[in-house]
Amino acid sequence: MAAITLRRLGKVYPGGVRALDGLDLSIADGEFFALLGPSGCGKTTLLRTIAGLEVATEGAVQIGDRDVTNLQPGRRDVAMVFQDYALFPHMTVEENIGYPLRIKKLPRSARRDKAAETAAELGLTGLLDRRPGQLSGGQQQRVALARAMACHPQVFLLDEPLSNLDARLRLEARTFLKRLQRELGVTCVFVTHDQAEALALADRIAVMEGGRIRQVGTPVEVFRRPANTFVAGFIGSTPMNLLDAEVAGDAVVVAGTRLPLPEPARAVVADGDRVVYGVRPEYLDLHTAPLDDALSGRVVVVENLGSSSLVSLDLPGGDGVAGVGLQVVVPEGREPELGSTGWVVPRAGRSLLYRDGELLGADGGGVVGSGVVGAGATGGGVVGGPA
Amino acid sequence: MTAGPRTTAGPATSADPVPTAGPGAALGWRGAVVQIGRYTFVSVVLGFFALPLLWLATAPFDRTPTITTSLPEFTLDNFRALLDNPYALRSLWNSILLSGGTAVLVVTFAALAAYALSRVRVPGRDALLYGLLLLSSIVTGTATMVPLYELAFRLNLIDSRLGVILILSGGLLPAAIFILKDFMDSTPTSYEESARVFGASPVQIVWQIVLPMVRPGLATVAVWAVANVWGNFLVPFLLLRNPEKAPAAVIMYTLYTEGGQANLALLSTFSLLYSLPVVLMFVFVSSRYGFRFHGGIKR
Repeated sequence: MAAITLRRLGKVYPGGVRALDGLDLSIADGEFFALLGPSGCGKTTLLRTIAGLEVATEGAVQIGDRDVTNLQPGRRDVAMVFQDYALFPHMTVEENIGYPLRIKKLPRSARRDKAAETAAELGLTGLLDRRPGQLSGGQQQRVALARAMACHPQVFLLDEPLSNLDARLRLEARTFLKRLQRELGVTCVFVTHDQAEALALADRIAVMEGGRIRQVGTPVEVFRRPANTFVAGFIGSTPMNLLDAEVAGDAVVVAGTRLPLPEPARAVVADGDRVVYGVRPEYLDLHTAPLDDALSGRVVVVENLGSSSLVSLDLPGGDGVAGVGLQVVVPEGREPELGSTGWVVPRAGRSLLYRDGELLGADGGGVVGSGVVGAGATGGGVVGGPA
Repeated sequence: MTAGPRTTAGPATSADPVPTAGPGAALGWRGAVVQIGRYTFVSVVLGFFALPLLWLATAPFDRTPTITTSLPEFTLDNFRALLDNPYALRSLWNSILLSGGTAVLVVTFAALAAYALSRVRVPGRDALLYGLLLLSSIVTGTATMVPLYELAFRLNLIDSRLGVILILSGGLLPAAIFILKDFMDSTPTSYEESARVFGASPVQIVWQIVLPMVRPGLATVAVWAVANVWGNFLVPFLLLRNPEKAPAAVIMYTLYTEGGQANLALLSTFSLLYSLPVVLMFVFVSSRYGFRFHGGIKR
């Protein structure tokens, strides 16, 4: 069990591609931590640098009390589960699970006992004599986890742990993985491009873009108060509505409608400021009767999401320019008619203001504009990259 | 729903030939001629390849073998006569030594070189491989026999089995590296990285992970090397002077009667013994190693 500390970590590939750009990050002992971002954002490079498969070109990696920046992967006391699991095809499940112990020169009998014990914990008992090719995707994943567990590492590193499973199995494996991590209590870092996976699994999430960390926080923080418009657009199964707006007194004017000014931003904006008004589709209420101080627009698309529906409205441009789109999630049975007019009211305390892409009036005292993000609930101070 | 029109189209086309039976029958007749022609051609080609094999199967057991294939007057005298030849059996053993030694050398060095070339970025790697491959066909060929002989002479490798093994290995290595590199390239690096994170040393990774996974490739190269050396005549013929060291391909050349005629009885018997080990090796290797690959990578 150990915490992970990254200081000014940078990685430049030969050829000049800068994959990591001066990262500072603390991952607490026993934390389930997600590295989230679009492809090419450097999240896998970061994971591989922690594992030691990539050598950092600048900065330091610390695991527990040890500086491991220049240590070989095998001496870092980490275990990594690869996206393709990398189970050795010529070995049985038992030999695969026992392989880390074979490297540590444990006798065959001890390896067999440990493999059987670990396999039993993960429900693989009947499969010990099979080869990886004879297992289902879910079983392969559990063998890969068992192999990682068998050497009792201080840190678990998982590269896209769920991406190779089909949709139904993925939910099952997600619950399984979270429970396993709770039971083992081991520090666990995983990489994903799927924001729903990160929100569901992680204690804290680092959202990355272009080799930098754009926000670190608990799933609730990242979801409710994205620190910038990139995170706002990336997190959530439906992206946040981001509408051009202008501050007018104690209100903000969006598409010609006066809406209440979000409380935390009140102190940092002035009359006439051009801002971006952000509100999640889930935090909007749609009415079919006219209302005061509501955004109104024509219903153009209704998409069924199962227990709710996603309604897209065309708002008329406030100053006569082309209209802007607005998406609202409405509960079952409240879907409006196509072509009808809807009135949309944001819920109190759920809307945000952005200026130059950064959140205005962050909570916890930190000013987001300067790049400092409040520490997560589970501890560990974090400094984002310079914006 | 595109299935609808398609199902109705089915019966329509199958009903088509019925009203136009005339041209259909003519087509069938012409088809039969084409079929007969095709099978005749295949039979001739088959006979062309089968007859020599048939000769190899019957001539050794014939009291008076000729150049043609016929029902043998059964006898085992030819085998007895061959056993009396002082060099015959020994030459088969020499062939095994030469081809086995070459195969071991080729597989070992080709595996190491292919792994390095596959995993390490070497500038000009592809050009190097291509150049080697191109030149290798010349190295053990007739064109370079004079300098090779000279080289073997200076290195005191004339009349030495080691000399033959080294020269043949040199000729086979480039192609072997080329084949094995392809096998190495197609095994994902995540296997090796996984082992690395568990603390495996480079030697352990090669020995425990990489080599077992490219085993079908190693078997292929080994069989190919053995078959190559087994059939090579020129190099051992020129470099080995003592007939006690000569392999079967060279001894075959000496099986003449006193009158200078090819001794068909001995020659056919020896040919049969000469081809058996290679056939057995192919059967063994393909049943033992085959071209299996147990997937551990989820695709």
